Amino acid sequence: MNPTPSIDRILPEVILTLTGVAVMLLDASLKPAWPRRPLGWLAAIGTTLALWASLWQLSLPEGAGFFGTVETTTFTVFFHVLICGIVLVALLLSLDTLPPDSHHQGEFYALVVFGAVGMCLLTSAIELLVVFIALEISSISTYILAGYRKQTGRSPEAAIKYFLLGSFATAFFLYGIALIFGATGSTQVYEIAHLASTAQNHALVVIALAMLLVGILFKVSAAPFHIWTPDVYEGAPSPVVALLSTGPKAATFALLLRILYEAFPALHSLWAPLLWVVAVLSMTIGNLAALRQQNVKRMMAYSSIAHAGYLLAAFAGIGSIGIAAASFYAAAYAAMNVGIFAVITLVSGYDEKYPMIDDFRGLVYRAPLLGCVLIFFLISLIGVPFTGGFFGKFYSFSAAVDGGALALAIVGLLNSGLAAAYYLRLAAVAAQRPSDEANRAAVPKPQVGVAVSAALLLSVAATLVLGIVPNGVLRAAQSGAHTLQVPGQPTDPPSAAAAVTVEMPPKP
Amino acid sequence: MQSFDPIILNLILLVPLAGAVLVAMVPDRAKLPNWIAFLTALFTFLLTLHLPAHFHLHQAGFQFEINRVWIENPSISYHVGVDGLSLWLVVLTGLLAPVGVLASWTAIQSRRKVFYSLFLIQQTAMFGVFVSLDMMLYYAFWELSLVPMAVLIAMYGRKDGPKAALKFFLYTFIPSAPLLVAILWLYARTGSFDFVTLRILLGHGSFSSTAMFWMALAFLVAFAVKVPVFPLHGWIADTYSEAPVALAMVVAGKLGLYSLLRFHVGFFPLQAQAAAPLLIALAVVGILYGACLALVQRDFWRVIAFAALSHFSLVTLAIYGLTLTGWNGAVYQILSLGIVEGALFVLLGALENRYATSQIASFGGLAARLPRAAAYFVIASLTMIGLPLLSSFIGEFAILSSTFTQVSRGWGIAAAVSVILSASYMLWLVQRLFYGPEGALAVKPARDLRFGELVALTPLVVLMFVMGVAPNLWFRSIQTGVHPPAPQFATVQQPVIRSETAGSGRLEGAAVRLHAAPTTNQLAFREVQR
Repeated sequence: MNPTPSIDRILPEVILTLTGVAVMLLDASLKPAWPRRPLGWLAAIGTTLALWASLWQLSLPEGAGFFGTVETTTFTVFFHVLICGIVLVALLLSLDTLPPDSHHQGEFYALVVFGAVGMCLLTSAIELLVVFIALEISSISTYILAGYRKQTGRSPEAAIKYFLLGSFATAFFLYGIALIFGATGSTQVYEIAHLASTAQNHALVVIALAMLLVGILFKVSAAPFHIWTPDVYEGAPSPVVALLSTGPKAATFALLLRILYEAFPALHSLWAPLLWVVAVLSMTIGNLAALRQQNVKRMMAYSSIAHAGYLLAAFAGIGSIGIAAASFYAAAYAAMNVGIFAVITLVSGYDEKYPMIDDFRGLVYRAPLLGCVLIFFLISLIGVPFTGGFFGKFYSFSAAVDGGALALAIVGLLNSGLAAAYYLRLAAVAAQRPSDEANRAAVPKPQVGVAVSAALLLSVAATLVLGIVPNGVLRAAQSGAHTLQVPGQPTDPPSAAAAVTVEMPPKP
Repeated sequence: MQSFDPIILNLILLVPLAGAVLVAMVPDRAKLPNWIAFLTALFTFLLTLHLPAHFHLHQAGFQFEINRVWIENPSISYHVGVDGLSLWLVVLTGLLAPVGVLASWTAIQSRRKVFYSLFLIQQTAMFGVFVSLDMMLYYAFWELSLVPMAVLIAMYGRKDGPKAALKFFLYTFIPSAPLLVAILWLYARTGSFDFVTLRILLGHGSFSSTAMFWMALAFLVAFAVKVPVFPLHGWIADTYSEAPVALAMVVAGKLGLYSLLRFHVGFFPLQAQAAAPLLIALAVVGILYGACLALVQRDFWRVIAFAALSHFSLVTLAIYGLTLTGWNGAVYQILSLGIVEGALFVLLGALENRYATSQIASFGGLAARLPRAAAYFVIASLTMIGLPLLSSFIGEFAILSSTFTQVSRGWGIAAAVSVILSASYMLWLVQRLFYGPEGALAVKPARDLRFGELVALTPLVVLMFVMGVAPNLWFRSIQTGVHPPAPQFATVQQPVIRSETAGSGRLEGAAVRLHAAPTTNQLAFREVQR
């Protein structure tokens, strides 16, 4: 075992942790009367630094570090940058939308940053126990954040629901880790890949994989593990949902990619059909349910379930094509979803007096620029050409077709037609002239501050770049996919030896 | 002017888009959005005129080509170009844009910025469909052309816009899902989205006949809905009666018919031939069915909708007759129909704008009050019927004569009945609108055609005459697309398509098209082989 901890491999996480700690300490030592907004800026700066640190990691040779528990490859850098970007946008959004007199504002920023630590670690950990810890870090901060608006009834309800169901899911995940350890004697992803195929008790491996999948699919809110999503999204504060619906999802998808393609490639014939079914269910259930929603946040919750389905379609792709498509989709989805939740936050207000579709009526007239941005994100979510949503779907389904899942691609495309109905409904309402002046006065004009403008600008730019010049991101996703595909060189000699010795005895 | 050649298609695609952005930026004051949209559309039209002016009649393959790598992996290129087939369709699209803006000048009063920017985006999408030579690019434009259309129908529908928009969207979006899957599958197998490369690869029989069958079916259905071909026409009447005039005249026909000819027949000549008897039958049913329905409608938009169904079916018949004459006639007829329908839409839109109804029964005896409108309407109707010396006559004659002599007499005769039927419904419509006893509405004071409407209509009417007397101006270049010159490859293989009846000329077109790979194709083919 390498005695030096090689901190450089977890530099972004370290920076984020230090930022979070600094924010908490400052929050505690500042006078209560002082504004906490600068802490938010501090958190944003820390996140930006973490983003640069992840990019800097590209200059490191690829490989494992920090006692062989994490690795840095193009794949991890891709997701680190994505997650840091999402967290940055969410922080900028909260900076302007959290009311200045709200309690524990410092904690809010600290929790967001701690959540980011968990998400980042989740994408780079190659040791299942570290994965579990990362999952818990990110989950616990989001549980608390979901209940942040505790003076209203809905927010604590959302937090409790999310916490209870989420704990179950992580328990499943932990149980999966225990079983896989029982079956293979290892919790290291590459070793599992070598050992799982020759494990004495094959059934145990399969059960373990099933357990792991339950935990992960819950986190990405794929059907049939999606029940919590609408309630949590509706109850949690909107800036938190902007983060919740993108950051942990992207990180968990990265984890899913790692577990399926790196730890269990041998079981491809088992998990591929399973994910096929989950993808079809998620798309169809998500879209059908979204059609009937009146609350925008609930509608977007179901839409995010459907998008999880589109992303899972990429898993039907073979090897690196599927991984690249899934990574790209995660980026495209995150860009447009975090953006649309920023708009929703601005329109419905922090205390969410105006969360219904009808409250968006005439948005284009009330706040022309914001209305256009909303329509732009909706168009991208539909998947209209030359937006990020289109290329995301295109790569995802193209991977599915490449893997031979023609039916899945057709179902997915039909679903995206279905989805257009509810996105267009919201867009049409926003573009409608408000019927009377009284109604117009009822919903106030959203206040758009500097930080929020920056957040919106970032997400609009990202969505456009992904739609018009996706070359760079796609290349990054592809080279990331290749690093994930390369069969892991065992980090230390003993494990390689172990792999060889276990392969020796013939299967019973 | 020659120096524009390499970028002209870029300009044609970008100018409407830039105009759309500009319209969205300016304040909605006075007639500012209208003027910007009009000038943009007019300028784009002038740009499209560059294409026929510098088109080389004797050069094979695509011209004004631009081929740049857009995305390396998957390899999608920005590959655009025109040949004889798409040349005039681009010009027609360009021509109808300013006409559409003029037709909406007073009709569209609310949210003009939204209307005109979406209208201009729609223009870009349509140009894109006609000039794209990369399947992915083509699909992107094809999809893009749906959205502004659906949104505008929903926003400006006369009675029940959202429902019509949903119908239109579902009808056209659902079949394009299998189309995309077919394109992706092709890519998964060949590693190319390029039209020229794919046509060669498909022509060399590297796919099983089952795969070819399903791909051809996916292509066929997606395009047939857009035309529409007979049993898939459910959306056309609602769309025509709900859509704003400027959009109704660009939505049907062109895109689908062009795509059938270019991609279905072009990629899958054998499958097209196998499907031809069915499609010919459906086309003839569509011709007669549309004409009969047009006779009994009470709303003039629906008359035009079913008349369009009938006329587009005639073009479908010509495409699947698989004869050179028929294809020439088909392209010519698409152009002619585009102009005639444009004129009719402007006129009927003007009537509806003045009298706020589209019920035929309310009208009558308008000729005395609106003499100019009546005159223009009669000319347009006569063209629609296919009177000699007017543009539709040429197309219809080419189609019917080729069907009669080279495809089947029975179908030819059945299709020819449509000429009588179209005369009946069009003349009856003219009679009910403009002549006879004055209807209840006629007493309402209304101005005759305004200056703007005359500006829009006059060029169209002039074109109807010019196209009627000097068709060779168009045929010369259309032929280069339908029947490429310098068929170097023609002798390499036996014609794949055999004719089962005596008509020797019948299938020659498809065969030559398949094997006459022009110079650019040869190059592309060599690249593929490498």
